Amino acid sequence: MTNSLIGPSGPDPADADPIEGLVGFTVVLRSAGLAVTTDRVVAFLSALDALDVTSRTQTYWAGRLTLCSDPDDLPRYDRAFEDWFTPPRGGGRTRIVDERQPPPPKLAALTPSTQEGDGDEEGDQPTQVFARASGNEVLRNRDLAELTPAEREHLRRLLALLRPDMPTRRSRRMRPSRHGPTDPGRTLRAALRDQGEMRELRRRDHSRRPRRVVLLVDVSGSMEPYADALLRFAHVVVRRSPGTVEAFTLGTRLTRITRELRMRDADRALAAAGRAIPDWSGGTRLGEVMRAFVDRWGQRGAARRSVVVVFSDGWERGETDVLGVQMSRLHRLAHKLVWVNPHAGKDGYAPVQGGIVAALPYLDDLLAGHSLATLEELLEVVRDA
Amino acid sequence: MTDRPADPAASPAALAAALRSTGYLADDGLATATFLAMRMNRPLFCEGEPGTGKTALAQALAQVLGAKLIRLQCHDGIDASQALYDWDFPRQLLHLRALEATAGSGTLDTDAVEASLYDPRFLLARPILEALQTAPSVLLIDEIDRADDEFEAFLLEVLTEHAVTIPEIGEVRATTPPLVVLTSNRTREVHDALKRRCLYLWLDHPDLQREIEILHSRLPGIPERLAAQVAGAVRALRQADLLKPPGVAETIDWARALQLVGASHLDVDSAAATLGAVLKYREDADRVRKQLDSLLAS
Repeated sequence: MTNSLIGPSGPDPADADPIEGLVGFTVVLRSAGLAVTTDRVVAFLSALDALDVTSRTQTYWAGRLTLCSDPDDLPRYDRAFEDWFTPPRGGGRTRIVDERQPPPPKLAALTPSTQEGDGDEEGDQPTQVFARASGNEVLRNRDLAELTPAEREHLRRLLALLRPDMPTRRSRRMRPSRHGPTDPGRTLRAALRDQGEMRELRRRDHSRRPRRVVLLVDVSGSMEPYADALLRFAHVVVRRSPGTVEAFTLGTRLTRITRELRMRDADRALAAAGRAIPDWSGGTRLGEVMRAFVDRWGQRGAARRSVVVVFSDGWERGETDVLGVQMSRLHRLAHKLVWVNPHAGKDGYAPVQGGIVAALPYLDDLLAGHSLATLEELLEVVRDA
Repeated sequence: MTDRPADPAASPAALAAALRSTGYLADDGLATATFLAMRMNRPLFCEGEPGTGKTALAQALAQVLGAKLIRLQCHDGIDASQALYDWDFPRQLLHLRALEATAGSGTLDTDAVEASLYDPRFLLARPILEALQTAPSVLLIDEIDRADDEFEAFLLEVLTEHAVTIPEIGEVRATTPPLVVLTSNRTREVHDALKRRCLYLWLDHPDLQREIEILHSRLPGIPERLAAQVAGAVRALRQADLLKPPGVAETIDWARALQLVGASHLDVDSAAATLGAVLKYREDADRVRKQLDSLLAS
């Protein structure tokens, strides 16, 4: 059992060489979505080398400890292990069915197909011409919900051109500077160059680091016309500073889409985010979802001293006091709390929806987010936060 | 701890038994994880809710191995001079002055001076260097999620090579690599490159039976009934949708507090009086106080 496990496997007798079965298991895990790299497989095999391969528990733990890297991996791992090792012991020969369904192309429904060129201009007016005539300046101020497909495509390109500046905060790390406390190391080194004569004191000061930014995008039914543009906007912001921006969608549940949005290509990132969001255009229970965010992420660290931006129209079907309580928690955790409501830019808007009323006392800023110009304004507010 | 002749590194079961003798109750997964960490010389990456015994594990391991526990508490902006080594600048300066004074009128040989300044005796070992230099040691890198990504990158060399490079001296390599335990509360996603070099252990809250056992092992002499009641009540609290569900550390604190106020069992009065040991938010305490009856009945 603890003979050399690592090495090329021989295809001889059925149960003489467990390697094939074990490696097969790792392949199944990979297709179940775990990040199983070759070095992880090697670690798995050498873990088993130190343990008892014939023990189910030990095999289970050897794999779980070396092949998983996230609590989300664990249920998938358990299922795959059950499938692979249960029926006849030894595995490898058991049938494995890839149960994953092909991801539904939910995003497609939201974004009318606008692959370069044409195909689906609606209405009688040739939109292509109109888009050209409207120009960047007009488009910047148009309501995102009322764009024609061609304008939408144009807007995407404009969005991709945004170069948002991130807010910064003082870091605990020190770096050379003209002001601040003396830097003994650099002072000493400088003195050494002058035969031990200290001519000047070198100084250091705290460096500045990007401040964390959290984007919470409401993707419920009432926000549908804006969701695509707002997610593209989130993609631009995440890409600009992948380490310090977190993005989530709010709907009937909370979904973290940071990882998906880190992909370079906007369309692929959005498609991936679309697969991750299980509740496109559903209802909202803003309070509940916000509570899930503060419990699971906010309090732990994502919202602490960060700039939190909520994109929502504030339509709350649940009780608004839940939302109020959560916003007050968020307000205490965050550095700045900004609410972006696409309807806030329209004439005659008054913050009367239940959700907004409950949240209003805790907001540092209430902005409109219905056009490119207002999104640019938002970026300024975030930068100066 | 030394009444056990079996080598704790012989098998996961032996290690679990050794950990048990220090008062740390390990289940299969935890025993296997620590066993593999020792055998494969790999760091153990422990993640889980606060209060599930991540830090305590490192302490128990050090005790089992008779090794020195060296702890590095991570924080925002932590850098090499706080984690690895630093130079003792005041002493270096004094040394430099002393050299000048004794050299008289002759000029100093810069290279020789520099060599004597960057001598290991002026080196201040911070936790990581200390762990590499201390023969049996357990290095606890606590709350790695609080450090920034530059620091993670910098740990990679240490964790895989068990060596650090000090420009002025050269490489310092551990003769016996320390057993490294990293903990994270998941406030931030730790880079996959770091995780890949570690064994990944996710710690959950223990089940009821194990939590009662933990109480008995941590608080010898606790009445059977009190232990069972406290563990049961904490379990109910964890399902009560609180801002901060209590961890094992809170369970132990609560039981200890109850013993201190002289309660032999858990009732509404004693619970209300000691609630501060287990709930750390005013909102949580208010909510629970209103439902104490039903909570204790369950």
